Amino acid sequence: MRFTSTLLVALRALRRNTMRSMLTALGMIIGVAAVITMVSIGNGAKAQVEAQVAAMGQNLITVMPGSFSSGGSRGGYGSSTSLTPEDADAILADVKNIDGLSPEVRARKQILANGLNWSTNINGVGPDYPYVRNWPVASGSMFTDQEVKSLAKVCVIGKTVVDQVFPNEDPIGQTLRIGNLPFRILGVLSPKGFSLFGSDEDDVVLIPYTSHMRRVSRQTNISMIRIQAAEPENIASVKIAVEDLLTQRRRGREPDFNVRTQEELANAASANAKTMTGLLAGIAGVSLIVGGIGIMNIMLVSVTERTREIGIRLAIGAHGRDVLTQFLIEAILLSSLGGLIGVAVGVGGSQLLSHYNGWPVLVPTMWIGISAAGSAFVGIISGFYPAYKAAQLDPIDALRYE
Amino acid sequence: MSSPVVQIKDIHKIYESGEVPVHAVRGVSLDIHRGEFIALMGASGSGKSTLMNMLGCLDRQTKGTYLLDGIDIDKLDRNELADLRNQKLGFVFQGFNLLARTTALENVELPMLYGRHRKASSEEIRERALHCLEIVGLANRADHMPNQLSGGQQQRVAIARGLVNSPQVLLADEPTGNLDSKTSVEVMGVFQKLNDQGITIVMVTHELDVARYCKRNLILRDGVVVRDAPVDGRSIAAEEMLRIKQAETAAKLTTAAQH
Repeated sequence: MRFTSTLLVALRALRRNTMRSMLTALGMIIGVAAVITMVSIGNGAKAQVEAQVAAMGQNLITVMPGSFSSGGSRGGYGSSTSLTPEDADAILADVKNIDGLSPEVRARKQILANGLNWSTNINGVGPDYPYVRNWPVASGSMFTDQEVKSLAKVCVIGKTVVDQVFPNEDPIGQTLRIGNLPFRILGVLSPKGFSLFGSDEDDVVLIPYTSHMRRVSRQTNISMIRIQAAEPENIASVKIAVEDLLTQRRRGREPDFNVRTQEELANAASANAKTMTGLLAGIAGVSLIVGGIGIMNIMLVSVTERTREIGIRLAIGAHGRDVLTQFLIEAILLSSLGGLIGVAVGVGGSQLLSHYNGWPVLVPTMWIGISAAGSAFVGIISGFYPAYKAAQLDPIDALRYE
Repeated sequence: MSSPVVQIKDIHKIYESGEVPVHAVRGVSLDIHRGEFIALMGASGSGKSTLMNMLGCLDRQTKGTYLLDGIDIDKLDRNELADLRNQKLGFVFQGFNLLARTTALENVELPMLYGRHRKASSEEIRERALHCLEIVGLANRADHMPNQLSGGQQQRVAIARGLVNSPQVLLADEPTGNLDSKTSVEVMGVFQKLNDQGITIVMVTHELDVARYCKRNLILRDGVVVRDAPVDGRSIAAEEMLRIKQAETAAKLTTAAQH
């Protein structure tokens, strides 16, 4: 039998039981729509995490102090106070393929300006900081090396600080007090948004780390060193060189620092998102299997119902293969139509979710193909047994069937 | 004389499915020539349906040989048998066996969708199916669904379907079994007309008056042919139809006179 007439026969058989066909297809629709929606949500989350990791800067390597032990009690990473500005200078001087480097010292202080006060993060950094963090100064300028060396009382502030302290005016050139010390505002950073860990990155005042250590926090160690490798392929070698140099500078003492690359951080973050996507897709996949069982069930009913029709076809010259194809195409049609509608519902549902819940949603084109092919495959698998059963019928028995 | 279209030599059919083997056909030999019109008769269990199934290549004999148009069907596999049924045989069943919710025309086209007509264009197939509906006088009902047709009309559609591949033999299994006497005459008229055009017909019936429209009657009992004779004083459907119509008119006149 020709393919087009087989297709017509299958379509007619499906139309004959419109309600039943629709309910059967609904199993596939729900399955495919669930897969598409779940993967879209998972992908959206993963993309957001990756964007946040990228926003931390490119080719980034961070050096953090190691753990500090006192009387048998061990602190976590960063508890040691061993990282110094000299370490940072040594790295900049000795390690090759470095594009930028900035020490970082942190504190939280009350600031006062314009008659308003605000508690914010005071970060002592180097002039390379905006470059290393991929976080340009939007207006005004960053402080210079000279200002760092001279412990200048200058600062660059983040968007949130501007909103809170200088709501209606240009902050550049104005003075801001940290404790009792006046700092001149040189520039405003571009908005950065929230960090990977959920804190507001724009709620910050950047001052020279030297000024921070001597005037604000009065500490001798630094919280971390951020290093930007020149090229992605330099990251590994820079990491090793930094580790070697710092170990050497500690002269045989236990290494009390920790060097991490951005990649490691990104991997950890996106591994979470990946696990979640897999889990969601797995659950949705189960509903696809359930849909397939529904199709097989209905095809078995259909074969029994149409035993006489099969008998007629076999008696007047249909080969077993013709009957097999007829029922198989019917099953594939049922599941593929369900799959296509499911893709539409899934894509639409994802958009609705992102629109009303504000979830980051990314519809993956590859998964649309996988779902469409998957639903056709489910049709073949679940349609084959009923179709085979139909093809094996004996024409005499089938004609006698009441 | 040309060689017979059906040559059966001492065929047997034994069903082994039950506890006791059933010997349904016990050595039937039969030659059917082109242009014959045969009625196979017999009581229930006489083996006539089994013989019919074997004639129709739906079932295989346990023993003996069956040559259809010179082809030994014992040597054919399942698919080759299907092709043989498609090309050399036409079937008419007691229960009509038309596909539901499929127009008369599409029902008639069905055999051409399988087998050697596979390559024919849909226009050729349509034309051929319409021609066969014309032969049985139903060209004006081509677009009707089976449930919109009377029993006699459905059976005529089934006959048209049996004719569409120009078969060597048209096999009919109790074609009038589900019809009233007048419709039976109508259907037998179609068979007689086809037979007059040279088509070979074999039918199973248990109605004596229906068998009288055929040219040759075979009586089976317990799986053997007990009588094989030409029909004397054969009924002609056209004349019978005329008589029925006159009787109906008369009945109406009588009814009218009572008023």
